Amino acid sequence: MAEVRPTGPRAIASAAALYGVLAVAAILFLVPFYLVLRNGLSTDIELSRPRWKYFPSTLQFDNVSKLFDNRSIPFLRSLRNSAVVSILQTTGAVFVSSMAGYGLARIPYRFANIVFGVILATLMIPAAVTFVPSFVIVSEIGWIDTYQGLIIPTMFQAFAAFLFRQYFLGFPLELEEAARIDGLSTWGTYWRIVVPNSKGIFAAVASITFIGSWNAFLWPLVVGKDQDKWTVQVALSSFLNAQSPKVSQLFAASAIAILPLLIAFILLQRYIVEGVERTGING
Amino acid sequence: MAGPPARSLKRRILGPQNNNMWFWVFVGPFALGIVVFALAPIVWSVVLSLYEARNTITPTRFVGLANYGDMLSDPEFRSSLYTFVAFAAFIVPLTFIFALGLALLVNRAGVAKAFFRSVFFVPVACSYVVASLIWKMSIFNGLPGGAANTVMRLVGFDSRAWLSKPHPPLYWIVIVTERLWLQVGFYMLLFLAGLQRIPVNLYEAASVDGASRGWQTLRFITLPQLRATSAAVLVLLLINAFQAFDEFYNLLSNPGAGTYPPYGRPPLVYLYYIALGRQQDFGHGSAGAVLLTLLIAIFTLAQGRLLGFGKRGSYG
Repeated sequence: MAEVRPTGPRAIASAAALYGVLAVAAILFLVPFYLVLRNGLSTDIELSRPRWKYFPSTLQFDNVSKLFDNRSIPFLRSLRNSAVVSILQTTGAVFVSSMAGYGLARIPYRFANIVFGVILATLMIPAAVTFVPSFVIVSEIGWIDTYQGLIIPTMFQAFAAFLFRQYFLGFPLELEEAARIDGLSTWGTYWRIVVPNSKGIFAAVASITFIGSWNAFLWPLVVGKDQDKWTVQVALSSFLNAQSPKVSQLFAASAIAILPLLIAFILLQRYIVEGVERTGING
Repeated sequence: MAGPPARSLKRRILGPQNNNMWFWVFVGPFALGIVVFALAPIVWSVVLSLYEARNTITPTRFVGLANYGDMLSDPEFRSSLYTFVAFAAFIVPLTFIFALGLALLVNRAGVAKAFFRSVFFVPVACSYVVASLIWKMSIFNGLPGGAANTVMRLVGFDSRAWLSKPHPPLYWIVIVTERLWLQVGFYMLLFLAGLQRIPVNLYEAASVDGASRGWQTLRFITLPQLRATSAAVLVLLLINAFQAFDEFYNLLSNPGAGTYPPYGRPPLVYLYYIALGRQQDFGHGSAGAVLLTLLIAIFTLAQGRLLGFGKRGSYG
């Protein structure tokens, strides 16, 4: 809103109220992150004391090494699994859904509307609700406790194809025509002209997919039953629900689990925001 | 390189076929994935739901609609639907109000706008599992030194066991505040995008007409202009509440025992224990999945009709 800002005591008071409310809300929103750090750097004994403490008396950085040595939880392995799953799933999802989006937006085909309708219809049926039948299909294929099982079934997100299609509908036709005149095929036009000129939308879909993939819980819980295939979220959950968990290690583990996303978030926030604003369909 | 005239002739002859081929080159992989991993499971679950299938994913005995009858008359299934209704009754209006309120405030924050937007949005980077961990083991851990109990004592109340007792149902506070923290920034962004799209001249006209700057412009310009965004936000909130699983599972499971208390079971948690718990009952599990899929489809369509969602330009 490009309003003219009035001055005077009333305006100053209302600005103070505005920033006051925002500051209080901001502090409340950051408390959980502070708690992860405080708890991750405390001892278990300190955390069970009846009195609240803002900071641990000595910072326990060795919680991290104790966590990595903890035999009851394969935390390092789960980190590796999450990295493999998230990176491959994001790459695959962006590749496949961008192509679908381009095809639907640009290639004339008699039944294109029907295909698009079917894809849109699956938007209405959220994957989480059908996890039982998906589990059944994936066991039929023999993908339980495999990386394929963790990565591929949840890779085809209608919202991503939809986002790409909407974006490509607005891509300048002149650029593509110039490429055609230069003798590029449909694939060549797409790969050499359209993709390099669409980095923003690719970054947006990739970052949203990566966040969803790294944070996913229900599907990895169902498909990766075997400890060797636990993702970070599944490992944390089983650690949390273990008999008398080591609380400070649990929080050190959480800090490590949040870290990649916080970094991605800070670097890519512009694209994430753009992606979210383009569509509200992402859960 | 072939000259342009020859190419255009070839294109005229081969064009349509080429397009058919290229369409499937581009859309085929994705369409195949959707068929195998979204449509086939639904069809297969309709089949399985008509059979008995315990401890096996291949149907053994045809039972017709018996599984559906069992599900609908199962008090636990119905109670999971009530749990969803109770959950939605809290989380949908609360998220809506907080997201809208934060968007209105952040939108007026001037130079600090980007900063506050980031702070309220950053929980989106956190998973439900990690948030459950913070809520369960730190904020609402029931110990006198926990954050919530410290605040309780400051304002003159006793410490509480927040999660381990169903009466009074304080666990709802834990569940609702967790989801609120995680998702409010996302919906705030949708509202902020909606606010950006309101034409400035509407506010100018209102100010010429003598509308007061606060309440009247909000009531007669901002809120009506946000109607489409609001409708989209409501639908998304409901659909997402219906799919709640992670925080219930992680907050309410009993440590060690691997069991779940008889209260606070939303539909997906119920399905999880039916189909993938000890019973491994895929017949009933599939019937439940079909029923929930139908419910959510009806839900979305009805909501869409009522609120005008799905018209072009209503979001994004």
